[in-house]
Amino acid sequence: MSITTQPELTASAAFLDSLSSFADGERIRRCQQCGACSGACPYGYLMDFPPSRMITMLRADEFETLRACDTVWMCIACYACSRVCPIQIPLTSALMARAKEEALLAGNVPTELSQALENCQRYGNVLGQSPRKRADWAKDLSPAVRVLGKEAPSTDILWYVGDYGSYHPRLQAVSRALARIFQALGLDFAILGPDEVTDGDSQRLAGERGLFEMLAAKNGQALKRTKFNLIVTPDPHAYNALKHEYPALGISYPVSHHTEFLAARLDQLRPLLREPVKARVAYHDPCYLGRVNHVYDEPRALLSAIPGVELIEMPHTRETSLCCGGGGGGMWLDGFQWEKAHTRTSEWRVQEAVTAGAEVLAVACPYEPIRFEDAAKVVDGAGSLAVKDIAELLAESMGNPGGA
Amino acid sequence: MNIVVVVKLVPDLVEELTVDASGTALDTSWLRRIINEFDDHAVEQGILLKERSGGQVTVLAPDVEGADDILFTAAAKGADRLLKLSGDFGSGVNNHALARALSTTIKDLKADLVLTGVQAHDDSDGPIGPLLAEFLGMAYLGYVAGLSVQEAKVTARKEYPGGLVAEMEVDLPAVLGIQASEKPPRYVAVSKVRQAMQTAKLESQAAPAWDMSGGLPVARMFQPEAASRATLIEGDAEAVSSRLVEILKEAGVL
Repeated sequence: MSITTQPELTASAAFLDSLSSFADGERIRRCQQCGACSGACPYGYLMDFPPSRMITMLRADEFETLRACDTVWMCIACYACSRVCPIQIPLTSALMARAKEEALLAGNVPTELSQALENCQRYGNVLGQSPRKRADWAKDLSPAVRVLGKEAPSTDILWYVGDYGSYHPRLQAVSRALARIFQALGLDFAILGPDEVTDGDSQRLAGERGLFEMLAAKNGQALKRTKFNLIVTPDPHAYNALKHEYPALGISYPVSHHTEFLAARLDQLRPLLREPVKARVAYHDPCYLGRVNHVYDEPRALLSAIPGVELIEMPHTRETSLCCGGGGGGMWLDGFQWEKAHTRTSEWRVQEAVTAGAEVLAVACPYEPIRFEDAAKVVDGAGSLAVKDIAELLAESMGNPGGA
Repeated sequence: MNIVVVVKLVPDLVEELTVDASGTALDTSWLRRIINEFDDHAVEQGILLKERSGGQVTVLAPDVEGADDILFTAAAKGADRLLKLSGDFGSGVNNHALARALSTTIKDLKADLVLTGVQAHDDSDGPIGPLLAEFLGMAYLGYVAGLSVQEAKVTARKEYPGGLVAEMEVDLPAVLGIQASEKPPRYVAVSKVRQAMQTAKLESQAAPAWDMSGGLPVARMFQPEAASRATLIEGDAEAVSSRLVEILKEAGVL
């Protein structure tokens, strides 16, 4: 997707042209500079060129200034701008992703992000772990979690685990909880194990389109080798990629987020929820589950089904949810973004949870437990705030015989 | 300015290493190879020099699995020429033999400046840089972190322990062992690597018969073995510290 070299086009015009290849991309020409996007952006106040000003610059033929500017790396692809745009310009998926791509191709990319991207190129996961150890988290589970091998590559539910659920100790706990729930429901499910690579959605929104396509192709090959009826994933980013981005690359399968999937089976699940979880619980809508894919009610239905849970809402809720800061490459830009902002959206969110009187901050995305638990360490009064994936709360309510 | 960067592939420590049946070498069946980190810096330094003062950058690598990817990545970063040294690497080739073979190729290339990583985490039986310099009859300077090129010489910053840095002038042609490039090795987007795969040419040159002389034979290769030399000192802080002082006195440290 590099700019075509038509001599009559300036770099800015060619850049604007390139946005037409995205759905509704040509709408950018109708931007009337209302500035809602830049106002809605959580980091807009410290970007040199938040979306509306970026458009101004492109119209002023200042492409080179944009490409050399590093505050584009403050964009956490949270879709706050896209949501408020009155003419629905694809600001996050087209404008900001392309702006990052141009910066990246020009070598204007923070080192910490490039290391994460290089890990994906080399190992197929951002954490730089051995691909052969991708299923190791499930090794000692009893009953065992089936890894789809060459012998019996068939299952009803294909569980796409994702990088963090596979490798990160905090998120492995969520994977174990989800395994227990699936087993308690008597499901026929399996994982891809070493054949799975990272979904690449956040890499795409960090401007590495080529890497995204390479990763998607690898996952596509692995999926093609297997037989299944439905993909279930606890990762809204993988969910988004599988649902909206992979089909254009010829990889098209039905997919559910684990909250959607479990909410649809609430009748079977409810009798298993025996132990009360006595807590005031605030639910944080993950950007890519809520704002991007409009799944708001299912996670709340699951939480409400847990005996003892008192579900409360924070000021930013549902479509106005406040990003944890991990999207669009933010997950791998902590140092850079801290230097620029000296604050984190995850801290603002934890502050909201505390102010709302929450004892538990319930989440549904693998980026969140680590980001919010980290933030809770520095926010006043958040010392006792627990951050739990909905799967963990459900497993807790199921009782804990196996030690999930 | 004709810059030749010599890169080596080393075992990726992300995977666990195992020793093969002979007990003298790594089992290569599951081995994943990556570019030696210091060589990656040497590539970056070569390209930085080219961007700053012009010249041509040739990257030269032994033709083992993974070499193509590394060379195409170097091309995507800005290397002009990609060259593989082909030969039988199966039975283990020591650095002396490798450096001898590489030096024949480098002679043909008429290099003004040879850059390579100052060390590699594989065999550690003598770094490639000084051996190359010996076989090429060039000067060698190692632990270089940053350099500038004048007419027929370079000014290189050599790092010493304790934070000392010396600026040294070296007449060309010369071999430099790179400790760190002036900037971290750049990220190169997958789309650019793909482009390089389609446009860049991989050249290959056969290595002459290996001459292993000068190297040390491996008697035994093994995983670090657990030893029971540690002593745990029991008791409260007072007792532990008194005993610790005694031990240090016995050892002649205090």
